[in-house]
Amino acid sequence: MIEKRSTISNLPCGFRNFGLYTVTKQNAMDEETILQTVQLGKRYKTRWAVRDLDLTVRRGEVFGFLGPNGAGKSTTIRMLLTLVAPTTGHVEIFNRELLGNRSEVLARVGGLVENADFYQYLSARENLQVVAAFKGGVARSEIDHALELVGLAGRANEKVKSYSHGMKQRLGIAQALMGNPEFIVLDEPTAGLDPQGIKEVRDLIIALSRERAITIFLSSHLLSEIEQMATHMAIINRGSLIVQGKVRDLLNSAENFVSIDARPVEQTLTVLQDLPYIGAVRRKDGSLELTMAHEKTAELTARLVREGIEVHAIIPKRSLEEYFLAITEGVSEISPPASSAGSDRTHAH
Amino acid sequence: MSTRQDRGYRSLLLSELLKTFRKWRTYIGFIAIAVLVPVVQVGLKLEGGSIVNSVTRSLSGDFFFVGNLFNGYFVTHLIMNSLWVHIPFLISLVAGDELAGEATAGTFRLILTRPVSRSRILMTKYAATLLYTAALVIFLGALSTMLGVALFGAGDLIVVKDGLTVIPEGDVLPRLGIAFGLAVWSMWCVASLAFLLSSLVENPIGPIIGTMTIIIVFFVIGNIPVELFASIKPYLFTSYLTVWQEALRVPIDWQGVLQTCLRLLAFSIGFYLITWYIFTHKDILS
Repeated sequence: MIEKRSTISNLPCGFRNFGLYTVTKQNAMDEETILQTVQLGKRYKTRWAVRDLDLTVRRGEVFGFLGPNGAGKSTTIRMLLTLVAPTTGHVEIFNRELLGNRSEVLARVGGLVENADFYQYLSARENLQVVAAFKGGVARSEIDHALELVGLAGRANEKVKSYSHGMKQRLGIAQALMGNPEFIVLDEPTAGLDPQGIKEVRDLIIALSRERAITIFLSSHLLSEIEQMATHMAIINRGSLIVQGKVRDLLNSAENFVSIDARPVEQTLTVLQDLPYIGAVRRKDGSLELTMAHEKTAELTARLVREGIEVHAIIPKRSLEEYFLAITEGVSEISPPASSAGSDRTHAH
Repeated sequence: MSTRQDRGYRSLLLSELLKTFRKWRTYIGFIAIAVLVPVVQVGLKLEGGSIVNSVTRSLSGDFFFVGNLFNGYFVTHLIMNSLWVHIPFLISLVAGDELAGEATAGTFRLILTRPVSRSRILMTKYAATLLYTAALVIFLGALSTMLGVALFGAGDLIVVKDGLTVIPEGDVLPRLGIAFGLAVWSMWCVASLAFLLSSLVENPIGPIIGTMTIIIVFFVIGNIPVELFASIKPYLFTSYLTVWQEALRVPIDWQGVLQTCLRLLAFSIGFYLITWYIFTHKDILS
């Protein structure tokens, strides 16, 4: 069954959402757990980079791992790929404990951690051959196919030294595909790319998920990116899980913020106080923020205009996005949105 | 029977060798030898026999020398003295880069996220390092012997160490073969040390300087005639690096050579085990 995901019009970075299609398989495969982290934690000297992290990724998902810089995304990914040993807890992939079954598990996993760095003095093809050797050898046709998929077939024999950042990033995805993995882990795959490069990588990831049925775990510090690629997501801040669930549910939860720019502000406030469908109201930078159901927007606008109030803007906002923007901007001690419909679990921060 | 695992090891080693021998760094050693050996030999050729004359002058009153003593073998023997500091430097250039270089380039993230254990990756890297070391020493031996004989001709080899030894012309080549074999063995110990230091840091400069510093300091300690230093000398691996000289004694003290080689092996294994412990317990943050 193919369904069109609802589009969202006010993305923070000016990106338009081109109505992604997701394939929903209505069978038992849906429920198969690919990745589970259990109370995963990592301490560097005295600082906890990641703490008590419980993530669940199921087959077929594109799982977005969202957090501001320094939130612990990279440390988590390094633990998923055995570069860093956890201080507490453990990782299960394909229902097997990772460190005890490292070779069998990683044989079915592909990964790209941070920048795609390669052996500069080797060609793209030779780099893939090196990676393939670590995967127990891969047919030449598979290397060709991966190079073609990422659009590097024409320059495969050039040394990586001559590659642009975008080409390296694409080669990074190609190397993650060596050995036909069922699950790939990508750390900020679009970091540092220009808009065209971002679009190419995004399309590629969506294609891998849809056409090759690869389960994908990807991290990003941009909500818009997760929104455009991921089916499920988790937000992490200062090492702790804030929330995880379906992207759709988390971003379109019933309770929403609306930002109103209307003058005079005092009169607007008086009007708002009398309306039954308006929740908590607070002032922010000369405008008002309040919680209300989005479908009441038209009614509210008409009412304000009738009262003779100048309405400059009524902007629907999503609580999660607001929350995420707030933590990314470095506003501390803000509490996470209380209710997020459909989330699997909500952790107090 | 070739098992799947054997093939796995082989393709890993091949890819490690591909990496090692496609790096410009790897050829610095070979180029340095290819330049220095001819320069030294041509210099000696122009200088004439003054060096050998200075050795034999004092003896020529008592002995009568026949034939060409300032020959290619003598020159090769002179060049072999570079084994105590020059060749270790060229070895540490590559061995010190083996792990730290991958950290600098960020390529550990590429290979340590694969279904191959770190122990096995370390083993193939170590094997590639040892192969490089052997190739470099053999290159030195082959080049200086061949060029030496071409420039100066062959002849008896005189060795001045604890008196004067003369090795007859027919015996010289096998003796030099053994000497370079022992040199490879001792240089493996140097390579192991550089490899160990390479596992500690993320920049190859440290291991190179570290290896050279340790060799020089240990050599100095081992050669200062103080009782305290003399008592720790057996515990310094540098005391055994000159084992190749034993191949030019008459007769060869095989017992002593074997013992020295075992000690070098113990040092190499010790260095490797420390490297293994560090590398398998390390968080890769590069």
